[in-house]
Amino acid sequence: MTAITSLLAFHPAYWQQTTIKAILTLVVVPSAAAVIAFVFLFKFVSFMQSRLGPMEAGPHGSLQLLAEAGRFLQKEDLAPADADKRMFRLAPLVVMVSTFLIYVVIPAGPNAIVEDLPTGIYYVLAISSLSVLGVLMAGWASANKYALLGGLRAAGQLIAYELPMMLAVLGVVIQAGSLSMQSIVYAQSGGSIFGWNGIGNPYALTQFVGLAIFLVTVQAELTQTPFDMPVAESELVAGYQVEYTGARFLLFFLAEFSTAFGFSAIAATLFLGGWNVPDAWHVPHALMHFAGPAVLMLKTLILALFIFWARFTFPRLREDQLQKFAWKVLIPIALVNIMATAVLKVVF
Amino acid sequence: MSTSETGTETPAEPEAPRDELRDGLVARLTELLGDGVVESHVLAGKDVWIRVSAEAWQQTAESLRITMGARYFGFLSAIDWMPSPFGRSLEAEVDTILTPQEKKALPPMTTGYAGGDTRFQVIARVANLSEHWGVTLKVDVGDESPSVPTWTKVFAGAEWHEREAWEMFGIDFVGHPFLRPMYLPGDFEGNPLRKDFPLLARFVKPWPGIVDVEPLPGVADEGDADGAAADGEGASE
Amino acid sequence: MTAISDRRKLAYIAAQAADSRVNVELESDGMTLNIGPQHPATHGTLRIVARLDGEQIISAEPMAGYMHRGYEKLTEVRTYNQVTTLVNRIDWLGSFANEVPWILAAEQLMGVEAPKRAMWIRTILFEMSRVANIILFLGDMAAQLGALTPVFFAFRDREYVLNLIESATGGRFHPNFDRIGGIKDDLPKGWVEDAKAVMDKVRDFCDQIEDLVLGAEVFTARTRGIGVIPPDIAMQYGLSGANARASGIDWDVRRDNNVGLAYPELDWKVWTHPDGDSFARFWVRLQETREATQILDQLLGGIPSGPIMAKVPRIIKVPAGEAYIATENPLGEMGYYVVSKGDLTPFRVKIRSASFNNVSITPWLLRGVYVPDVITILASLYFILGDIDR
Repeated sequence: MTAITSLLAFHPAYWQQTTIKAILTLVVVPSAAAVIAFVFLFKFVSFMQSRLGPMEAGPHGSLQLLAEAGRFLQKEDLAPADADKRMFRLAPLVVMVSTFLIYVVIPAGPNAIVEDLPTGIYYVLAISSLSVLGVLMAGWASANKYALLGGLRAAGQLIAYELPMMLAVLGVVIQAGSLSMQSIVYAQSGGSIFGWNGIGNPYALTQFVGLAIFLVTVQAELTQTPFDMPVAESELVAGYQVEYTGARFLLFFLAEFSTAFGFSAIAATLFLGGWNVPDAWHVPHALMHFAGPAVLMLKTLILALFIFWARFTFPRLREDQLQKFAWKVLIPIALVNIMATAVLKVVF
Repeated sequence: MSTSETGTETPAEPEAPRDELRDGLVARLTELLGDGVVESHVLAGKDVWIRVSAEAWQQTAESLRITMGARYFGFLSAIDWMPSPFGRSLEAEVDTILTPQEKKALPPMTTGYAGGDTRFQVIARVANLSEHWGVTLKVDVGDESPSVPTWTKVFAGAEWHEREAWEMFGIDFVGHPFLRPMYLPGDFEGNPLRKDFPLLARFVKPWPGIVDVEPLPGVADEGDADGAAADGEGASE
Repeated sequence: MTAISDRRKLAYIAAQAADSRVNVELESDGMTLNIGPQHPATHGTLRIVARLDGEQIISAEPMAGYMHRGYEKLTEVRTYNQVTTLVNRIDWLGSFANEVPWILAAEQLMGVEAPKRAMWIRTILFEMSRVANIILFLGDMAAQLGALTPVFFAFRDREYVLNLIESATGGRFHPNFDRIGGIKDDLPKGWVEDAKAVMDKVRDFCDQIEDLVLGAEVFTARTRGIGVIPPDIAMQYGLSGANARASGIDWDVRRDNNVGLAYPELDWKVWTHPDGDSFARFWVRLQETREATQILDQLLGGIPSGPIMAKVPRIIKVPAGEAYIATENPLGEMGYYVVSKGDLTPFRVKIRSASFNNVSITPWLLRGVYVPDVITILASLYFILGDIDR
């Protein structure tokens, strides 16, 4: 117990804190990708398709990703002859950097956040748009028509789905009254539903429309089926990623799954209460320093389940149908949601 | 099931026996084409073959499709009636290059149903789906530079079939939008399905003879109707 | 399900053709895209050279021949039984079905009829090859559209049928079981009961696919109105099988021109669909699979006893003559035009394969189509490269 109290009394200097947090983030991001990939990409989808998935590497194939990482890292560093070499090399880095930057504002505990920016959620939405740039760079620099088609499709799609995402989040922001992620967490755990605070006020209940729209737009932002036209396997054979091999492809792969985890964590924070449990449960605050990440992980995996479940079930929408869906369906619904939230917030 | 008239029966027309139908087809086509119909052959209950002249080939397509309602295009191909100078290459247990077999005289060239005067014949099949009949058409094409009018203006689907026949037999289809190779690479020389084009695989590696013969189920070594010795093939049974 | 009216069909086609004409008139050079020959969507090595304007196709030309094996030349140096081995490999997914019209043509030339039991068993294996083939299509078309799960179910359930075919004939993919005059062997003990159980599994699979694939609105949005083929164009190109029936042409060789198989004694239905789009082709094949299981139930319930082989000479010399026999194979209407000169080997065999005609329509069909729809259309036409190239 003294170890724990002394640990809790440990107040490093700001630069030390930042260094520790940066290193932790660098570790967490790939691990998050690994967890998502293993649980959903290997095991869950295999269960859906009545097969077992990788079983050899490690117990029940749990070390398969390590093996895959090793495999990718030892491949030859190829680039197409006509490719714009600098752009070609930069593109996965741009995507990866935007993924890392998302993790800056994901809270995993009362203090377990790299920086609780006052404009937290707004920052996330802005940064995640950077990945569009990386995708376009990849598509163009690959000197391949399939890649170009994929890159253009991706750019159109990602930009189109930014708007509904922002609008969906706006409802939460109105209810919480703040853009900062930690404030949103506390608003949910400390809130009450019509006076009953048994489970706090998770915004999933009142913002169910927002949650649905957010999950759909996350699906599109990750270019997962049914929105995976940019990487349509059976047509473009990996679209804008087609010329990437080895470590660079590993970066795209990690970026995709880390972003999936990141956005699921953000959705869990915005809609399910994040790392916190409702105040009415009277869990000691100190415990949440350690239990917070576990709670967040649980909620994240639940939401990621929906994302990947949809991924492996639906056929893909054609690009124009996709755009129509975003502009003509999601945005109007999101706007109505915001108006209703604003009205109800004032009324109640 | 008996062989002749119930074999290909359909419930659609119980009263007209098949060969009346087929004789009627021949008569109708003759009426439409006049001299175009050179010869015909009806296999009662089974099928009908009609040979037309090359000048009437396009008109045949139109008459069949537009007047007689045979709008379904089956296939279009060609037959090379010359017997193969390379034999069947079934008997080669020995290397034919080292010990050349004495050249047997080629059997005379014979043609099939509905006759034929030339080495190459183009065959086509169309069908009338609502009246449930099909007819095979044949046309003689010249020997030196075989050519025949195209059917693509009447049956759009003939485009690919004529390309294949051009490529495999060297028959020119006058009026075809774009005759170009179907299967073979661009620099291929020769027309493979002609009988004087050898099957190169059999020259690279001669046929080792029939080595495995499975006995018919339940039949021991009865005397067979056509004796094995009748045509001098080298394999032992 | 609502039918698309003829006027709308024609309007759709005219709009697409007009689009492509405009692109050509504007002299936009466009991009030339090679789809294939190595590509997951083309079932085999088919190469489509497409000129694109943005994502729309101005002209598309399929180039076949990557798998051309020269079958028609090869048949001239093989005996009739050896050719049976050869033709297994034309449509390799429904392989017994390739043998049937060949053997029937040879039997017609010889004037031989297979005994009743052989005819029934032939029909059983014929329908089973249809079931095995179309199950793959049902899963595969969903996979082409992006739904990755149905194809696993398809392969899993196809295994049952292939196991049945293997236990009867010895080969999963290339049974080589038909002989002139009958079939090679009799059925193993207990096969009929196993087969009936498998038919129930296949019906379950069809229900699953209907829920999973047809129930997804995305699938409907991707396939309705895509690749409409009017019936007259279909007949001009010789489209057959489910492709023709999905355009409303009520023609099934099993019912209308049956030779040598047991269909007249069975009670079954031909499925057609008026729309002629990709959805219709999928739907017709789904219903046909279900119908095939019903046919198989009837067949399995009443196999007559008797010999499995008629009296044919040991060495088969087919008398001189010509014959054309076509049957309703899983891919469409497959026929063999056999010319015999009274010899051990055929003189000329023309293999009329269904996929050749089915794919010949693609230059016409793909004008003005978007690239994603190309995949949908090709998947719905369902061809096998061995069938196109022979």
